Amino acid sequence: MAADGTLVVAEARPAGHGRASTLQRFARRRSTIAFLMTLPLIAIIGGLVAYPAAYAMYLSTLNRRMTANIGLGNFEILLENDTFRAVIWQSCIFAIGAVVAKALIGFWLAHMLHAIPAKGQRKWRGMLLVPWVIPPALSTLGWWWMFDPSYSSINWILNIFAVPSVPWLGEPWWARISVIMVNVWYGSPFFMIMYLAALKSVPDQLYEAAAIDGATGWQGLRYVTLPMMQNIISITVLFSLIVTFANYDIVRVLTNGGPRDMTQVFASYAFQVGILSGNLPRGAAVSLFMFPVLAIFAYFILRGINRRNKEQM
Amino acid sequence: MPIQGLSRRNVLRSGAGVIAAGALSAPMVHAQGTGGSLRVAFWDHWVPTGNDAMRKLVKEWSEKNRVEVTLDFINTTGNQLQLAGAAQAQSKSGHDIISLAPWDVGSYASVLEPVDDVINRLIAKYGPISPVSEYLAKRDGAWRGVPAVSGSQNKPACVRYDLLQEHAGIDIRAMWPAEDKAGPGAETWTWDTFLMAAEKCQKAGVPFGLPMGAFTDAVDMIGALFASYGASMMDEKGKPTVRGNAKLRTAIEYAVKLSKFLPNDVWAWDDASNNRALISGKSALVFNPPSAWAVAKRDQPQVAEKCWTVPMPAGPEGRYLAYLPWTSGIWNFGRNKTTAKALLEHLSERPQAEALTSQTAGYDIPPFASMSDFKIWQTEGPPTGTVFNYPLKAHHNAKPSVAFSPAPGEFAAQMYVQALNTKVIARVAQGGDTMDQALGWLERELSTIVRGG
Repeated sequence: MAADGTLVVAEARPAGHGRASTLQRFARRRSTIAFLMTLPLIAIIGGLVAYPAAYAMYLSTLNRRMTANIGLGNFEILLENDTFRAVIWQSCIFAIGAVVAKALIGFWLAHMLHAIPAKGQRKWRGMLLVPWVIPPALSTLGWWWMFDPSYSSINWILNIFAVPSVPWLGEPWWARISVIMVNVWYGSPFFMIMYLAALKSVPDQLYEAAAIDGATGWQGLRYVTLPMMQNIISITVLFSLIVTFANYDIVRVLTNGGPRDMTQVFASYAFQVGILSGNLPRGAAVSLFMFPVLAIFAYFILRGINRRNKEQM
Repeated sequence: MPIQGLSRRNVLRSGAGVIAAGALSAPMVHAQGTGGSLRVAFWDHWVPTGNDAMRKLVKEWSEKNRVEVTLDFINTTGNQLQLAGAAQAQSKSGHDIISLAPWDVGSYASVLEPVDDVINRLIAKYGPISPVSEYLAKRDGAWRGVPAVSGSQNKPACVRYDLLQEHAGIDIRAMWPAEDKAGPGAETWTWDTFLMAAEKCQKAGVPFGLPMGAFTDAVDMIGALFASYGASMMDEKGKPTVRGNAKLRTAIEYAVKLSKFLPNDVWAWDDASNNRALISGKSALVFNPPSAWAVAKRDQPQVAEKCWTVPMPAGPEGRYLAYLPWTSGIWNFGRNKTTAKALLEHLSERPQAEALTSQTAGYDIPPFASMSDFKIWQTEGPPTGTVFNYPLKAHHNAKPSVAFSPAPGEFAAQMYVQALNTKVIARVAQGGDTMDQALGWLERELSTIVRGG
């Protein structure tokens, strides 16, 4: 193998077969083989990710009848619209509120689980993962029954203790809280399992060294655990933020964006405008609205992770 | 160790057989041969017997005409049917015929085959077609779909006659008997009377169950209410008519007043909430097709036998009835358009329409006024005649309406889906906006819809 590792086998070929030999060498290059091996994946990503994304971008530049290109006209119209500006605000409240709550609850649960002896840990881990395993459309339906405006089982229990009924889905702020609550219930186990894996990889010697130096529990968390988990926290938060910004089913099932569009988020509003109202280009513009913001956010988070990795190497 | 007789080749062969059998048995196929083939996607009917009735009619037609028909029933839960329509319109492939939700005909008009020949023959036979069906299914002077019987519905008032009599002193059955004539006092069945009755029933603990959210029952009911006040938000040329519109202001003020006598959670109600309110016996009145009554008949017979369907109340500009018709469209990229037209024409004819309506306990409403006399509406009960006044009849002195007409269909569709009529009411009644603030918001929303072609 050559020093640069580009050739797997360098075979001697008789003169006069220069073209075949070049082709054969090309076919036997490691980079060529690697490319061919990844071709199915590239085709899948191209067909199922790149093409739909590019098509959505193209769609967002068309007029409603899809007969003329209006450039960024759809984005301009959306930004001037009261409801869409509220959707931006609500999506941020929903995504940031839910991700922060999921991260904190997941972090706490991971610590609790980590403290349980290995023997009993598995059953707790299994039970706590249940919300994440159930398809969200199905579990949200269960929550919807519990929040039902007229026959809420939660209100029924509250009433037993003389607590007045809560308009879970009928009053804007309660509806927003309900939607966030269900998302947190569904997503916290993901954070928990990721943080638990990260906690298990922190060497015990670090805690021992910190204890010898007289570190308190809080200092151990602040100066040992958190720095060691920084990368996994960043990746998890980034991933969850992207997924939560794109969340559709919880809002759709629970509130359908109501009351008065006060729980509408990007995905539910895009579906309403694009598919149900027959304005596909504007729907595409709604769904693409957060793309640049999230891309920049992802770039900085991933850059930070790379930098930390290099520092540790 | 290999199991005896279970070689790799045998497994593959059996697997291929299973896949082939699965592929062949998945859809319902009437293999007749020479008349060509059709792939049809109809709406999966709420009424369980609805699909069987349709299947039977299509089978009879396919056998007679030697056409191979593949029939799929796609439901609207999670908007599956609407998504199928959108995907097929974009990819220009799929079924030959597809059921289209009320506003989808306009959205896909450019890829739907004109069916004026079918409609003209049907009109010649059965008389005028509902203006609502025409408004929704006609684009640029051509019919882009055949108004369907299956799934099309009116939304009149389904009244607990005992409760209305006891708490509001209104004998609704005397006003609207199961006869082709209005009873004494029918002319007093107005929105003003309705408001008074709503207040009394609310005080008695059986409030009217009127949803005020963004779902179709709410939008349709408010649409008919607005029409009876002559209130519209956009004219037929697509120009918003909000500013200085006294009729619109009056209609909104009325709806805000009415909302004070409704349960305080109606802003979050969906299309099932009103049904539950009636069936549970907690409500004296809902606006709905007879499906709520039909469920009560099964689950709460003591409630069902006290229900009576009557026209919507009248307003200063007349009486309007919310009508939500489905349409069957033929894709212009389909292979067998002539055969598709023949099937849809067959299904629209009176005997087939009556069979569909009868099999759905009277739920389906045909688009022709001449078909409002099917026997099922006279005989269905208990109480017998409870849905007599479900179809729009001449003595109702009413017109069918769909919310947001006469705005151009492509704009009205967006206004309907975004429920602008209930939201403008909610902004005042629940959100605390002044009337001017709410109307300003409405005008801005309308201009957003109109912009961008």
